[in-house]
Amino acid sequence: MVKISINVNGKDYEKEVAPRLLLVHFLRENLRLTGTHIGCETSLCGACTVLMEGKAIKSCTQLAVQADGASITTIEGLSNDKLHPLQEGFWEEHGLQCGYCTPGMIMASCDLLEHTPEPNEQEIRHGLKGNLCRCTGYHNIVKAVQYAAKKLPLPSSIGDQ
Amino acid sequence: MARVFGSSIKRREDPALVTGKGKYTDDLHLPNTSYAAIIRSPYAHAHIDGIDTSKAVALEGVISVFTGADIQKSGIPGVVPVGWLLPDMKTPPHPIIATETVRYVGDAVAVVVAEDRYTAQDAMDLVQVEYSPLPAATNPQKTTEEGVSQLHSEAPKNIAFEWEIGDQKETEEKFVDASHTVSICIRNNRLLSHPIETRAALADYNSSNDQLTLWMTSQNPHVHRLLMSLASLGLPEHKIRVIAPEVGGGFGSKIAHYPDEAIVSWCSMQIDRPVKWTSTRSESNLTDAHGRDHVTQAELALTDNGRILGLKVETYANMGAYLSTFAPAVPTYLHATLLSGEYDIPAIHCRVVGTFTNTTPVDASRGAGRPEATFIIERLMDLAANKIGLDPVEIRRRNFISPEAFPYQTQVALQYDSGNYEGALKKALEIAQYDDLRAEQKRRHEEGGKLLGIGLSTYIEACGLAPSAVVGSLGAQAGQWESGEVRVHPTGTVTVYSGSFSHGQGHKTTFAQIVSDRMGIDIEKVDIIQGDTNEVHFGWGSYGSRSAAVGGSAIALSVDKVIEKGRKLAAHLLEASEEDIIFEDGSFFVQGTPEKAQSWDDIALQAHLAHNLPPGMEPSLNASTFYDPANFTFPFGTHLAVVEVDPKTGMVSLLRYIAVDDVGNVINPMIVDGQIHGGIAHGIAQALWEHVIYDESGQLVTGELLDYALPKPHMLVSFDLDRTITPCPHNPLGVKGAGETGTIASPAATVNAVIDSLKPYGITHLDMPLTPEKIWSAIQESMKA
Repeated sequence: MVKISINVNGKDYEKEVAPRLLLVHFLRENLRLTGTHIGCETSLCGACTVLMEGKAIKSCTQLAVQADGASITTIEGLSNDKLHPLQEGFWEEHGLQCGYCTPGMIMASCDLLEHTPEPNEQEIRHGLKGNLCRCTGYHNIVKAVQYAAKKLPLPSSIGDQ
Repeated sequence: MARVFGSSIKRREDPALVTGKGKYTDDLHLPNTSYAAIIRSPYAHAHIDGIDTSKAVALEGVISVFTGADIQKSGIPGVVPVGWLLPDMKTPPHPIIATETVRYVGDAVAVVVAEDRYTAQDAMDLVQVEYSPLPAATNPQKTTEEGVSQLHSEAPKNIAFEWEIGDQKETEEKFVDASHTVSICIRNNRLLSHPIETRAALADYNSSNDQLTLWMTSQNPHVHRLLMSLASLGLPEHKIRVIAPEVGGGFGSKIAHYPDEAIVSWCSMQIDRPVKWTSTRSESNLTDAHGRDHVTQAELALTDNGRILGLKVETYANMGAYLSTFAPAVPTYLHATLLSGEYDIPAIHCRVVGTFTNTTPVDASRGAGRPEATFIIERLMDLAANKIGLDPVEIRRRNFISPEAFPYQTQVALQYDSGNYEGALKKALEIAQYDDLRAEQKRRHEEGGKLLGIGLSTYIEACGLAPSAVVGSLGAQAGQWESGEVRVHPTGTVTVYSGSFSHGQGHKTTFAQIVSDRMGIDIEKVDIIQGDTNEVHFGWGSYGSRSAAVGGSAIALSVDKVIEKGRKLAAHLLEASEEDIIFEDGSFFVQGTPEKAQSWDDIALQAHLAHNLPPGMEPSLNASTFYDPANFTFPFGTHLAVVEVDPKTGMVSLLRYIAVDDVGNVINPMIVDGQIHGGIAHGIAQALWEHVIYDESGQLVTGELLDYALPKPHMLVSFDLDRTITPCPHNPLGVKGAGETGTIASPAATVNAVIDSLKPYGITHLDMPLTPEKIWSAIQESMKA
């Protein structure tokens, strides 16, 4: 077992973990933050996307020990009493149906808007190509991200609210 | 109060789902949970010579390892059943864990139960299974040939069933008189449903009261309970509680009863602890029922002016290694009955051969049979237009069933109840500016460079299968009614119990809209309960675009019953006769005295207090309906795809996609459009990218997202949607169904567009998916010739 220190959604944790424990399992099973989902275990579907130091990563192909000392934001840490503009956008624009890809899609969109605050449709489509959705055909996901983009500037230190 | 029926109100499901609070099966945790991992055959066809579990059992953290022999010893039936029987169909048993022979890569051979999921995975590698490989069959037609390895002794030539519909003699005669015939050979590509949530189950057996509680990824929890009681586990039905929590998409793949949920439940019974199993992606892709996989030969006979005389079709449908739950219905009653499309066709004959192969069982996948049928007739229409020299629009117009002809009896059993096909076509052509597109196409063809293609699909769908007696006469071992119970609480709020089950479709919103609108109460006073066999009396679940038309109608009729009881009670309280009571905006009053109205709050309270009820009236205020519709519903429409094809690379770019659908009355336009968007994406993906491929030894070579091309955001465009509204004439809401229209229409529209662009090369057909390599090769061949 290895001791790691990790900040998740603004809270510090010190945990003993197996070296092979995946970050996504650490979040879901050790911390019981089940909003981060697993869809493929191979970095291809993006359902497990979280922010590490503000950058979108696929938590299914990172080990928990690789996140030692890092600050992680999951969907649960994106908002407190008020929805984040992206969460609001996905709700307003019907950017989700079954909701399974949604947390990863929103976290990837956070990263996208951080780098491209006013994306056009093609920039959104290309920016989210690491995230798969089977329900929406992406039509309303594009609109959801556009909705959030209009509400910029985004909070610069997401998760520290 | 504003009408909520027909409004795009935001979904009440979403606040939980956008904040990570939605609980899917794998998110649930019970104390003392153990984890199962299922060991699966790496061979498509093999004898099992022996299984040595000793090393795995010895691993620290392993609780137990079970094989098929252990299941047999336990005395449970241990097989998953087929729920649709055709005449003379062969139904070889499908054991939940194989004991002697494995018949596809992914067939279960043993199960490990361990303290945690990592240990369970480790232990899988320590179970040693000795196999003697056998030759495999994978092609649905070739599997019937002499000398091919036989899967089941019960099924000679690997034929599960031979089935036909329509008048063969009359159809053949039409071909004798025809001025033109066109024919096509189609391999309808095998697909994955591929919801982003993989299948999972969490079973908790309580030996003190013999009660099994099973949380699972299901589109139809009552069907799973029924089949586990009748077939796989043999437990009394009332001792099984199936709960479908949030379910992350299904697209047909979470209808079937798979061995896995029975294995996990049985394991929980053996060790008296909760057992969780969550399939990995590659495991889901190996074991979730696949879709399509037909080999079809079809021929159309026409007059010299393009009127259809007859259609004949022969299809070999791949059933995979075993018959999955509703598999036999898919290539027969959900496929051949749709072959008339939107057209007046005087004679049709279709023969279907369902065959066994050493591949994953095939069952319903979004559209289920109807995309295959639409593809056949819509491709033939384009081929015929080319041959006769008509525009694809014109040949369709010449053959449409006219709006005056309804109800229209097709030659393949269905009776279409309503339709206005010209209306949807006209709208689509206007949105597309069709004439301008054709002019642009001509210009490009003259100038060279990238090719432009325009493709149409004027499609019909049949959904909301019904009535139950008819469905039963066709072989269903299930009813197709739906339940809807409305309970009005003493304070006037309402809880609705529905046998439909939303796994992304937003029923909690739309069904509340139905109730709110009909009762005239605030939507916030209505809650919808689904997905728990202990709460909902019974339900056949959600698939086949049936939830609004059948489940929603059941709820509407229960509301009507509650209103009728409310009217009686109001008349009594207002000392008026029932006929004089007006019900408006949620209030009961006597004509001319609305100030003395009885609101739902008043009526609900009085009904529960029961201090002053009319003679003979029972207390409380609730109603149940088990609604069995009179007929299927028939959505229809026109889809139009515009593509650009680069002849240098064979690359297809989708430029525009226009869909005008008629799904009847619309409860929530935003949700309906969302369903159509998703369906279109799914069908375009079948046309251009998705393909489950087995090699000759029966290995699945597209088992991961690296090899199986699920569409990504940049591969698609935003869609132009519009609709016409022709209400369903036989259900109380006038709704039809929107979940599958997109998937049914879009493969044909997309392929027609690509083939249209390739006209200069004389290419008349290519099988899906239309990959750049396939198109480029066809262009090269054509240039050689």
